[in-house]
Amino acid sequence: MKSVIEILKEIRPEFDFAASGDFITDGMLDSFDMVTLVAALDKNYGISIPGTDIVPENFQNVQTIEVLLRRSGAKI
Amino acid sequence: MKLVFHRKRIAGTLVVVPANERSFVADMKNFNFPESRSLKLKEVMGFDKRRVVGPGVCVSDLAVFGLEHLFERGWLKREEIDALIVVTQTPDYLIPGTSCIIHGRLGLKRDMISLSISQACTGFLIGLIQAFMMLEQESIKKVVLVNSDVLSRKVSPQDRNIYPLVGDACSITVLERDAEDSVIHANVRVDGSRASALTIPAGGMRQPHTLETAKLEDAGDGNLRAKDHLFMDGAAIFNFVQTEVPPLIESLVAHAGTSMDSIDYFLCHQPNRFMLQKLADKMKIPHARMPNNVVEHFGNNSGVTIPTVMTFNLGERLLREKLCVCLAGFGAGLTWAGMLLTIGKFDFNGIIEYK
Repeated sequence: MKSVIEILKEIRPEFDFAASGDFITDGMLDSFDMVTLVAALDKNYGISIPGTDIVPENFQNVQTIEVLLRRSGAKI
Repeated sequence: MKLVFHRKRIAGTLVVVPANERSFVADMKNFNFPESRSLKLKEVMGFDKRRVVGPGVCVSDLAVFGLEHLFERGWLKREEIDALIVVTQTPDYLIPGTSCIIHGRLGLKRDMISLSISQACTGFLIGLIQAFMMLEQESIKKVVLVNSDVLSRKVSPQDRNIYPLVGDACSITVLERDAEDSVIHANVRVDGSRASALTIPAGGMRQPHTLETAKLEDAGDGNLRAKDHLFMDGAAIFNFVQTEVPPLIESLVAHAGTSMDSIDYFLCHQPNRFMLQKLADKMKIPHARMPNNVVEHFGNNSGVTIPTVMTFNLGERLLREKLCVCLAGFGAGLTWAGMLLTIGKFDFNGIIEYK
């Protein structure tokens, strides 16, 4: 199973996600990247993140993404 | 608003798609994004092939082509049309309504109703509701509902948010009274305070078209579009659909006194594959019962997506059997609507190409 950071790097390999506290403000993820990320996370963790949770505040950093994943039933 | 109709049926549906096909991969070079990112989006959203009209082709061209097809085969007679409803947001002219243009080109009788409605992705349901209300009148026995848009003519080729998903099409649906004691439940809602989430800013009376409104501008997200082009706040629309549509359908099903399990198919508007999969997951509906394959074959053809998903996936079956379906449309306005009805044993059903 891939880590969140590994999945983020596959989507936007040009960025250092570990060095950012807010992917949205730093311009590292746009709305389409969030969609691509959700599809990858769903597949990787065998879950379906609710559509109503696909909002920028849940994708600000690795911690918020992991909170979202746990809430969606992922075992991480 | 909850609505109930009795003894009404869909007699048949014909979908007309342009023969001209474009591919997402071929169009990728127009976008100001690395191809690798666009390809990931293609995989998730289902962007692939789509049908678009050639230069100068209008809604009335597609509609007249489709209606002549029905006349030639005897599936519909010119003189039996008591009402013609045309639903479009890309009319041939500002004045008159496109229904009058189609009426004139086909030489239909004078003693009938001709109505043009401005609606987009909820337009099939709004049109059906209007048709069913007309059929309450004794003098109206047959209503022809035309849904059509040529929105590819109003999108920027350099806008990756919109361009890869838009397709053009037309559907012709014939409605009449049902000899059986059928019941149709509908639920329709609107929130005009969110109208700017999906709009063409210029070209109407508020901001008329000028050379300035035709200029491409950097939207700040890597996309270029003019004020004459269709704009969609994708994130807002996505959230709107995920938030508003499930409770609408649940309310509709409860009002009809039935259950989600007893519905054979959920035939929804087709914005993209991802949005529909999330919608199905939220309502715990197996993906196979909510088909999501219209965008990849035809593009999102606005108010024609529901007839397209119905005909493309269930076409043959609907000629010989009946199915209980839930229709759901959502989009510009913002408007959203659902309808629960039994369809099938159609007099005709198919998809033809406009060349």
